Amino acid sequence: MAPTTPQEPGLSAVPSYEEQQSQSRFDALIGDDSRIEPRDWMPEPYRKTLTRQISQHAHSEIIGMQPEANWITRAPSLKRKSILMAKVQDEAGHGLYLYSAAETLGTERDELNDQLLTGRAKYSSIFNYTARNWADMGAIGWLVDGAAIANQVPLCRASYGPYGRAMVRVCKEESFHQRQGFEILLSLSRGTEKQKQMAQDAINRFYEPSLMMFGPPDDQSPNSAQSMAWKIKRFSNDELRQRFVGMIAEQVKVLGLTLPDENLHFDEEKKQWIHKDLNWDEFMNVIKGNGPANAQRLERRREAHREGAWVREAATAYAAKQEQSEVA
Amino acid sequence: MSQKSNWPLWEVFVRSSRGLSHVHAGSLHAPDKEMALRNARDLYTRRNEGVSLWVVRSTDIITSDPDSKDAFFESPQGKDYRHATYYKASEGVKHL
Repeated sequence: MAPTTPQEPGLSAVPSYEEQQSQSRFDALIGDDSRIEPRDWMPEPYRKTLTRQISQHAHSEIIGMQPEANWITRAPSLKRKSILMAKVQDEAGHGLYLYSAAETLGTERDELNDQLLTGRAKYSSIFNYTARNWADMGAIGWLVDGAAIANQVPLCRASYGPYGRAMVRVCKEESFHQRQGFEILLSLSRGTEKQKQMAQDAINRFYEPSLMMFGPPDDQSPNSAQSMAWKIKRFSNDELRQRFVGMIAEQVKVLGLTLPDENLHFDEEKKQWIHKDLNWDEFMNVIKGNGPANAQRLERRREAHREGAWVREAATAYAAKQEQSEVA
Repeated sequence: MSQKSNWPLWEVFVRSSRGLSHVHAGSLHAPDKEMALRNARDLYTRRNEGVSLWVVRSTDIITSDPDSKDAFFESPQGKDYRHATYYKASEGVKHL
């Protein structure tokens, strides 16, 4: 055998027998619509994709607390305040379920947290829009949470076990979020002319951003095909957007308001909803950090983390002291 | 920029009502057992999901090796006579 250039271990282009075996077991599990669990072998890109997706999802829940927390003190009644607090607590809980799921892939919590605080990680760009008035609480619940639910329900069947299980819990809790938002808009729409206008204005501002929450159109979403092959994603961005726009087109009638999309209609021949062209330049711009509230959201998160430092330190010190006295 | 806390990971088990087993609900980080229990209550029972909670340090759980699972769980394979459905001759006999 002719001498060859020695290769560094691990850089071989030819997978080892064990790797091939592991890969085919992974493929078989995905093929059978079974689930991958934390200690199973998985291809590195699958692990990376999931870590990124689940942690971004967790960050979105955590940052998503801000636009609503901002309105707790100004909610119009004690009941509305309690509801809003419960909702913000839920978002914190959802963030924690998802961080736990992400951690099972091998990245520690502190590292994930750091990625958010240092601006290395992304979160859903919808939270970089500001919530200007009380009607926005309604539009966010109805449209933003509605779009999130449409996205999340199929994720309950994601091929990665811990992600699917976290999503089941999230989806169960999320359904009240959308309803409470819808009812805020319903109350406003049955109120004075000015209140009705407030509700319409909030819908006008959140309609397009909520449709963009499903991500770029399928022909401009290069990673979708791989995610679908891995059964992380079950439906394409456009399929989910179609489903959502169809639902809200009906629901808005109950409010006696309109969607800011005059030519929105269902094309019987193509069997699909035709909605206005979405402003993807704006979407990309917000993702890049130039949205109305990007800097503010991140700064608020850092501030909360800084302000909590003494609590974490005290808890750690107390735990160490307790452990010592137990040993003694 | 953040100070690393390295709080241990705890697994949370919830009993949803009397008469049922505790079932794994998820996990969380906490500095000690007391905080783990309080955090578990806040995180996993916001809607009356439980009447009792267990928290266990993740590192204290002993698990089977996922790579050898076929061999580890081999024994029951082919022993379908352990199931009632194996016994066909008695089909149709009442209360059996």
